[in-house]
Amino acid sequence: MVLLTPKTLDAPAEVAARAKKKRNLVPFAFLSPTIILLVILMLIPIVMVIGYSLMDNVIMKTNPVFAGFNNYVEVLGSEIFRTAVLNTTFFTTVSVGAHLVLGLVFSTLLNSRLLNGATKALFRVIYVLPWLFTVAIIAILWRLLLNPNGVINYVLVTLGITETGAEWLSSPGTALFAVTFINIWAGYPFFMVSLLAGLQGIPRDLYEAARVDGANGLQQFVNITLPQLRPIIVSMAVLDLIWTSQQFALIWMTTGGGPINATEMLSTMTYKMAFSNYQFSLASASAVIILVMSMVLAYFYVRHQKARD
Amino acid sequence: MSKDALSRRGLLAAVAGVAAVTMVAGCGGGSTGGGNASPGGEVTIEFAQWWEPELPAGSLRQMMDQFEQENPGIKVKLLSGPYASTKEQVVAGAAAGTMSDVVGLDGAWISDFAKQGSIADLGKLMADAGYDKTQLSSEVKVNDATYMIPVLNFVYPMFSNTDLLQKAGIAKAPSNRTEFTAAAKAVSNLGNAKGWVLPLSLEAPNGVQNDVMSWAWASGQSMLKDGKPDLTNQDIKGTVEYVKSLWDDGVIAPGSFTMKEQDKVEEFTNGRVGMMIDSLAHINTIREKNPNLKFQVSSVPSVDGFAGKRGIPFASWGIGVSENSAHKAEAWKLIQFLMSEKANAKLSTQANAFPGNSKATPDFSGKDALFKEAFDIYKSGYPANEFVGLPVAEQLMRTFDEQFQKTLSGSQPVDQMLENTQNAWIKQF
Repeated sequence: MVLLTPKTLDAPAEVAARAKKKRNLVPFAFLSPTIILLVILMLIPIVMVIGYSLMDNVIMKTNPVFAGFNNYVEVLGSEIFRTAVLNTTFFTTVSVGAHLVLGLVFSTLLNSRLLNGATKALFRVIYVLPWLFTVAIIAILWRLLLNPNGVINYVLVTLGITETGAEWLSSPGTALFAVTFINIWAGYPFFMVSLLAGLQGIPRDLYEAARVDGANGLQQFVNITLPQLRPIIVSMAVLDLIWTSQQFALIWMTTGGGPINATEMLSTMTYKMAFSNYQFSLASASAVIILVMSMVLAYFYVRHQKARD
Repeated sequence: MSKDALSRRGLLAAVAGVAAVTMVAGCGGGSTGGGNASPGGEVTIEFAQWWEPELPAGSLRQMMDQFEQENPGIKVKLLSGPYASTKEQVVAGAAAGTMSDVVGLDGAWISDFAKQGSIADLGKLMADAGYDKTQLSSEVKVNDATYMIPVLNFVYPMFSNTDLLQKAGIAKAPSNRTEFTAAAKAVSNLGNAKGWVLPLSLEAPNGVQNDVMSWAWASGQSMLKDGKPDLTNQDIKGTVEYVKSLWDDGVIAPGSFTMKEQDKVEEFTNGRVGMMIDSLAHINTIREKNPNLKFQVSSVPSVDGFAGKRGIPFASWGIGVSENSAHKAEAWKLIQFLMSEKANAKLSTQANAFPGNSKATPDFSGKDALFKEAFDIYKSGYPANEFVGLPVAEQLMRTFDEQFQKTLSGSQPVDQMLENTQNAWIKQF
């Protein structure tokens, strides 16, 4: 009995502590599927790739050794990297800019009160079509259209705009513009749909008040529409910058980074390093550089989102 | 919160936790790789390849069933996919040590896998099995060890559009470079077609192998010396200058720099080019897409006055064994079966290719007459593809391709192009 006394006294406190501990673990148990998925699918691969980038050549060597930042120095110092950065910058900024302008124009048209419901629905379907195609279909479609014997050249020659057909994707002078154009065509509907939702959310009384104050259409657009859409525009632009800078499939399937290296992007350069040259450490270093660049953009996106909240 | 609600929440949390653990277990479950042995002593070997989708439906599985009947206790699991994904799968499997027991291989991959130590020395397996290798038409070796056996060879002869050549006043397919230039110019002068087609896409730079270097091999020339690059020799310079002269003459179909092999076939099939160097495997596709097209096959033209044996470019369906395989003897049995005279002849008939077993003859009955013609060309020459067995072969082609595109664009002379390519190649050896 005497021996049992302390235990009896401690028992309620111990039970309470255990219950508290259990309660504290409950949220983690709920979160565990997500946490484990994130760790397996994101954290571990990222850490592995960073680790690979610091070795002399993983995968192809049985015993790779630590090489410090040699791979980074090699990637950053190569001429092809500079070309890829310039091409990616052009491709990304022009694509995002055009996506924004086209998205804004088409969403404004679709939001117009001048059109009836059926017409709007028809144009909504037409405008959103490019977004419904997969990248492979888009690449094949535009390769056929831009073929030297394709429809575009046929139309241009028939109308007398050019004497002979151009080699849109095969000429070093036009290839980058051609793939950028294809990417613009494929991506503007995402902006359009999002901006249309934003436009529909702008209260009508703001425009009525502006009209009462004598504002014309342009003034209403600049002083009401754009400020109201600003949060959407900024979010979409940052997201599009991240996505477009990582575009691989479209470039690979249309030009393969050529002709020569006219359309070489950071993504195609990294792929070639890994799967053509089997330089997996070099490719990992390149991938980490792209990751850092994307993270800078992601930082601005998150900061903007936080500011909104 | 009530006690009931608390316990329900606890239960839910426990379920979530268990689900997470199960998920992790599920993720880890697939990492065993390769074949395995059942308790009954039956061995299952994996065979990863891109062949099944390219063969008549069910035909490869039928052959595997026949193999299983002839070799009780061995089962074959086919892992099939398109060429590109098979390549990535094999590369990833080699890295992770989970490569299938038997793998379909391209000669362009061999050097890298051999260096990596991911594929087995077949010479040892042949010796262990007491196999007579004189019946093999070729073996792909790295440092004197055999790593790949070509099961089937797809040769690349010259295809000519008979109607276009006749319209252009050319009576027969050209057999040397002078005749070819004349024929290409004559076809181009018709106005609605070009003489030749040259795919140089950087995505799949095999045009360098099939459409550029084939001109050198057809004349018995070589881009290698003692197994090392020798691109600056006079023969290769002459070949590159010859192809450039065709470009300068405007007899090559537009769009070369991003053109792929399938685009080349499309151009020929639609009668927009007079001649192309292409895989014999495309005969049926061309016939199906344009039944009215009249065409013939011939050897790739050589330099004028060449009387030696002509090298015919080829691509192989090669086969090898994973170094990590726990069932190498069984894996070899499968290769031995596929390389046997009967099975090899059957496979080559089904694939419209030429057999890797020198004694096997495909069944030409019911086949296009051009197959027989091409087989005679194949027998009179020799299969030539110097990229087979070279390190990072695809990258070598791509480097050549980039430099060649610069030369064709007029930004550098042929000498500089060959020197730049030679310097880039030598770094890989």
